[in-house]
Amino acid sequence: MDNVITAEAGLPGGNEPLSVVGTSAGRVDGRGLVTGAPVYTVDYEMPNMLHARILRSPHAHARVLKVDASKALALKGVQKVLWWKDVPQIPHSTSGVPHPEPAPYDTCALNSTVRYKGEPVALVAAENEPLAEKALKLIEVEYEILPAVFDPAEAIKPGAPQLHHQVKMEPGFKMIYDPEHNIAAHGEYEFGDVEAAFGEADFVIERHYETPTMCHCALEPHASLAFLDAYDRLNVVTSTQVPFHVRRQLARALDLPLRRIRIAKPRVGGGFGGKQEMVLEPLAAALALATRRPVRLVLPRNEEFAASRVRHASSITLRAGITREGQITALEMKALTNTGAYASHSDTVAHAIGHKTLGLYKARAYRYLGQAVYTNRPVAGAFRGYGATQGYFALESFIDELAFELKMDPLAFRRLNHTGKGGYDPMDYHEGLNGLEPGRSITSSALPECLDVGAKLIGWDEPRPANEGPIKRGFGMAICMQGSGVANRELGGATLKLNDDGSFNLLTGATDIGQGSDTVLSQIAAEALGVSIENILLASADTDLAVMDYGAYASSTTYITGMGVKKAAEDARRQILEVAAEMCETDPANLTIKNNEICGPYGKTGLTVSDVAYETLYGTKNRTQIIGKGDAISTESPPPFFAQFVELEVDTETGLVTLLRSVNVLDLGKAVNPALASGQVEGAVTMGFGYALTEELRFDDSGTVRNAGFVDYKVFSPLDMPQMQTVLIEDPEPTGPYGLKSAGEVGINGPAPAIANAIFNATGLRLRNLPMTPVRVLEGLETIANQPDLSR
Amino acid sequence: MIEMKLEVNGREEQWQVEPGETLLEALRRHHYKGPKLVCGTGDCCACTVVIGNKSVCACCLPALKADGQEVTTVEGLAEEGDLHPLQTAFIESAASQCGFCTPGFLMRSYSFLKNRNPAILPTEGEVRKALAGNICRCTGYVKPVEAVLKTALVLKEKASRENG
Repeated sequence: MDNVITAEAGLPGGNEPLSVVGTSAGRVDGRGLVTGAPVYTVDYEMPNMLHARILRSPHAHARVLKVDASKALALKGVQKVLWWKDVPQIPHSTSGVPHPEPAPYDTCALNSTVRYKGEPVALVAAENEPLAEKALKLIEVEYEILPAVFDPAEAIKPGAPQLHHQVKMEPGFKMIYDPEHNIAAHGEYEFGDVEAAFGEADFVIERHYETPTMCHCALEPHASLAFLDAYDRLNVVTSTQVPFHVRRQLARALDLPLRRIRIAKPRVGGGFGGKQEMVLEPLAAALALATRRPVRLVLPRNEEFAASRVRHASSITLRAGITREGQITALEMKALTNTGAYASHSDTVAHAIGHKTLGLYKARAYRYLGQAVYTNRPVAGAFRGYGATQGYFALESFIDELAFELKMDPLAFRRLNHTGKGGYDPMDYHEGLNGLEPGRSITSSALPECLDVGAKLIGWDEPRPANEGPIKRGFGMAICMQGSGVANRELGGATLKLNDDGSFNLLTGATDIGQGSDTVLSQIAAEALGVSIENILLASADTDLAVMDYGAYASSTTYITGMGVKKAAEDARRQILEVAAEMCETDPANLTIKNNEICGPYGKTGLTVSDVAYETLYGTKNRTQIIGKGDAISTESPPPFFAQFVELEVDTETGLVTLLRSVNVLDLGKAVNPALASGQVEGAVTMGFGYALTEELRFDDSGTVRNAGFVDYKVFSPLDMPQMQTVLIEDPEPTGPYGLKSAGEVGINGPAPAIANAIFNATGLRLRNLPMTPVRVLEGLETIANQPDLSR
Repeated sequence: MIEMKLEVNGREEQWQVEPGETLLEALRRHHYKGPKLVCGTGDCCACTVVIGNKSVCACCLPALKADGQEVTTVEGLAEEGDLHPLQTAFIESAASQCGFCTPGFLMRSYSFLKNRNPAILPTEGEVRKALAGNICRCTGYVKPVEAVLKTALVLKEKASRENG
């Protein structure tokens, strides 16, 4: 690929030529996807299958006193209606993170008190979907309506309706931080002497930013198919990013032994964090257990918008101390997020807003406070970027504002202050033995190269247009980083089994949700074994077949599971070479595998991997099962670095912002598959455009979603796109397999601040609320026209 | 239930459908799972099929409107196992990520290219305009558009070979 630049000459300690890693191999599932093969949960059908629908609460906060389903059940073909009295009342968390989840167990499969408009109240299973829908209208529910609160700033005030009582948790689990004030989670961290660092500053500047509720809009809705198999085990085929976490949480939620549950993920039609969560599995499973028939539950699109999961809306205040010369001395951030009705990912996201962002800049001291607040809104969960996206909109807008105050070029200001290779990120704190412990060392970074390449491609230093007419041209930029998995808190792995034709079954719990991990992991296995990619037969993810994998989130799969796959392949390769050495009467150390052939010091031995396979499975001397095993446990989370540049036009008469060009430059250590990696960047950046300009889930005063469809919730279309240029820079990361870091999330953080900065560059208008709609642009322009002194 | 006859991907079908049933529901009920239900309101084009030469959103079309028609779904694009150049280009350009929108992109692009003179290559802007109603949440449209442009080139070369 011509968009890959190598920053340095290879990994320290060896630079073997690679044959599969580094190529844009076609997706291993490519043919299935382009021929319309029935490979998604929504395509699965079983004999005797029932169709389920959910009756949802019309109230934002209410007690469910009674459900009368007699009329619904009188309809021929309606087989079952369940409400909270029919399902185990066992509090649990739905957030797809490892045990013990850092989240209070504050929800049941169906709750006796519903806390947002659209929360499930009852479940119907019927012979077909129209019938199930008809039955919904016949169910009579008696509610006791309770007062509701929607705004976090209101919800934390004394006297606000209290949404949850304190939960009972075992030691090691998180409680609700302050139930009386609806504070679900609280994150606080300080590094260095903050007050002294502010004291050393020449200026102290403070700004406030707001970010909206965003929807994932994965094109495949949440969907689950539950059934009992011949062993009377509960099988759930489901559209999830986290099969193993779902298995564990489902066992708890429905009070079943974990061993009775099998979770299988087929192709998943997009996740973006919305499926890093147990959403439908307990509902479909409860119906399957109650009817002893297969039950499929698929969310209609309006429910996907209004009642699945969203990105936390947030209010963020930043304060910095800077010197006249442009050094940042102190950085302080306070964030308040709206977690909605249940805590879910609130604790981790509340931390992440500061923890994933502030360390990008070298300050002498930092302070962060993040809080997540319960309200009667839909549940906020994980979403690509995971708090960093909110944090970087604020931080990277703020950095431009600081540069403006200093009359410095924003790019030069960033060059002066950003962290880099050999640096230390104290804000990447984590739970240690003695409470929160600081930071990570930064062992690779091509951020300076990202900035050079991006600036050159966008023409940052070239003369800018005069901007005389009503249409103003502007340029903006932002930088950001993310992690590669979560340090000290990830587990992945794989096993690899040799078949009699020399092919390998690669079994992993890693979940391809569209990002292409099946292909990338196959490439890594093929590379480490010395065989072609056609010989890798990947199966994922089935909790019965694969070793534990935490799933697809936190930009972890290629880095963490990739490590496990590489180890499993090396383990299998060692076993193959031991047998081959006996067959050749030599020492295994003399042998290697290249292009499926066993090679010695003087070239080919004449043996192939399939000859060895035959010998191990049918031969006389060396009969054995060759199985490679690889664990991956993270100790680090090396950040990929990203530089975003945009050029745009603002129509000052209509307020419309038109994106003209976007230059996206990513330092990902090593591109295992440049085409797929570029696709990750392009997709993430495009989501970021929507976050910046158009996307916001809106509610009326009673908590009803007003735009639960693609007409009113506007995502970017092919016509809205600017000209896009993506460059990948390779600066090998010492801890990563083949030098790689992550690529999946970081790109979503760039567009919102870069666009805000470009609007300011074009017009002098500083927008601190997302999305930057034409109305906001026009209102803002009017304000600065009337009060020029307050414009900045 | 009302009886209807149609041809799907060259195969004659005789269906019993409900009066309000959409073509998408009927297709999926009869195991044509390629067209996808995403929005159900004609706003994302993941359900696109081609009737005659025209692409339509099957989620908004009553099934009965397809009575007596020839319908092509994504399952009918490949001929006897040979992929259509669009499908090959989508694989080679990495234009599918999660793949859920892919059937719609393919069928919309298929009718767009089919109704053009292959000798005249479309511009990127024309391709984007043709795909304006198709939503993809994964790719940022860069690679799908690239794949359609590549296909146009393949079809042009094929046409000039056949004519020359």
